Amino acid sequence: MLSLKSAALAGVILSGLSSFALAGGPVDEELVIDGETQITTRTKAAEGVPFEEVTSGWLYRTEETRALEADSFQNPGMLYVERGEEIWNTVDGEAGKSCASCHGDGQEFLKGVGAAYPKWNAKAGKPFNIELQINQCREDNMQAKPYKFDSADQKALTTYIKNQSLGMPMHVDLAQGDMQSWWDRGKETYYTRMGQLNLSCSNCHEENNGNYIRADHLSQGNVNGFPTYRLKQADMVSLHNRFRGCIRDTRAEFPAAFSDELMALEVYVTWRGTGLGIETPSVRQ
Amino acid sequence: MTRGFIYSIAAATLALSAPAMAGTVAPGDVVFADMSVATSMTGETGDPANGRKVFADRKKGNCLACHANTDLKNELFHGDVGPSLDGAGSRWSPEQLRAIVANSKQVFGDQTVMPGFYSLVVGKDIAKEFEGKTILSAQEVEDVVAYLTTLTD
Ligand code: HEC
Ligand code: HEC
Ligand code: HEC
Repeated sequence: MLSLKSAALAGVILSGLSSFALAGGPVDEELVIDGETQITTRTKAAEGVPFEEVTSGWLYRTEETRALEADSFQNPGMLYVERGEEIWNTVDGEAGKSCASCHGDGQEFLKGVGAAYPKWNAKAGKPFNIELQINQCREDNMQAKPYKFDSADQKALTTYIKNQSLGMPMHVDLAQGDMQSWWDRGKETYYTRMGQLNLSCSNCHEENNGNYIRADHLSQGNVNGFPTYRLKQADMVSLHNRFRGCIRDTRAEFPAAFSDELMALEVYVTWRGTGLGIETPSVRQ
Repeated sequence: MTRGFIYSIAAATLALSAPAMAGTVAPGDVVFADMSVATSMTGETGDPANGRKVFADRKKGNCLACHANTDLKNELFHGDVGPSLDGAGSRWSPEQLRAIVANSKQVFGDQTVMPGFYSLVVGKDIAKEFEGKTILSAQEVEDVVAYLTTLTD
């Protein structure tokens, strides 16, 4: 597959065309998983979002990568969904409980839950994403240790939970608690130039959306597919891992996972993609 | 014989370039006027062959991330964030190219996404390993500029 592609590309280059990049812009295609579940991959942007239309990262990937995501038997991320379901039903911690002990059947309880995160958590006084909610339940309700960032079980359980909202529109409720001020802070980070390369998120994902940076076709940097299965890593990649990777690529120090700075960024970036369908586990290059 | 002679000259030049380091202009002292930097920042002329390498090297110039360049068509995947650099040596004078590469903001304005390759004016939270360092050395910028001047229409 890959060799065919590069051969085609080499052909373009050798033929001496002045541009070596493939044509820019998202593809005009529909994502329907297993021919059943239609996913909204483009939709009118919410008021205030600086695009006419918000688009999923899926539309910027190659045909092969897109096909992997559309077929749940081929999508390697589905193994993590299965593993997550196992964890949901497994007793852990001093209290002798599993997630299911309190919440019952995961598919029922979790339907739509992941699409509405991050959510305000009054007790913690800050926005929570799924990973933080899992850890709170583990500590307070199961007397189990919180997961370490990016532990295999954290990624699998998060993937399972998000997958229960497959195809449902992503939305955040900014009216809850102090969400608005976290949104403000996230927005500020989004437009701040960082690192030795002096680049902001917006420089790549807004100003250059649709362009190529080397081999990478720049999407709007939406979060509706996370955790995402990355072919390059052959593993699930969490959202905060992705944020940190993008920040590191500007040659800046990257904040800790789930730090206030990255939680604020998650609130803001999630809002930008309002209305896109949850794709977890998405497949990316 | 002749070859050995040329090599020894090359060696002598290399030896000379070490004391010339002292004449290197610090990043903050580079004088930009009329979108140009008038003279070599090291006092040495640039080496276009090395400049071509620095241009392509992902850890150095990584210019192909954002620019297409037919001269490097053997390298796969050229970005299109910036314009193709074919003919850049005809569009710009060497002095202008030096200003663009050293600190593009001086030429295109603060909004440009092109990094300043010999500038310490950087973004927030620069990673420790890069603190106080420029992306390229002054001589690497001179080499890249010498290479760009060969990209004529
Ligand atoms: C130098 C350019 C660059 C900068 C700056 C940058 N990114 Fe990215 N980002 C990329 C590339 C390249 C990808 C992979 C291709 C794509 O989806 O755009 C990516 C992917 C992403 C994705 C995954 C999208 C998906 O559908 O899988 C998210 C989310 C993201 N970036 C968020 C951010 C945020 C938030 C910032 C600022 C902290 C940021 N990026 C800064 C280049 C950049
Ligand atoms: C002892 C009972 C108990 C156990 C065990 C438990 N939870 Fe909870 N969970 C709760 C309660 C009570 C709430 C609501 C208040 C809160 O956030 O703590 C909740 C809330 C949640 C929510 C938020 C739902 C929403 O609508 O936003 C999620 C998600 C969740 N739990 C997941 C889990 C997972 C995953 C596990 C297993 C790792 C788990 N819970 C284990 C009691 C439990
Ligand atoms: C992050 C993307 C990026 C990188 C990396 C980058 N540039 Fe640029 N460059 C640009 C953009 C964008 C422009 C167009 C000016 C503008 O609109 O800001 C530009 C403009 C130029 C121009 C003037 C173009 C013309 O012909 O009119 C030259 C010359 C140039 N760049 C050289 C380089 C060199 C040499 C390197 C590597 C050392 C490099 N650039 C790396 C983004 C980049």
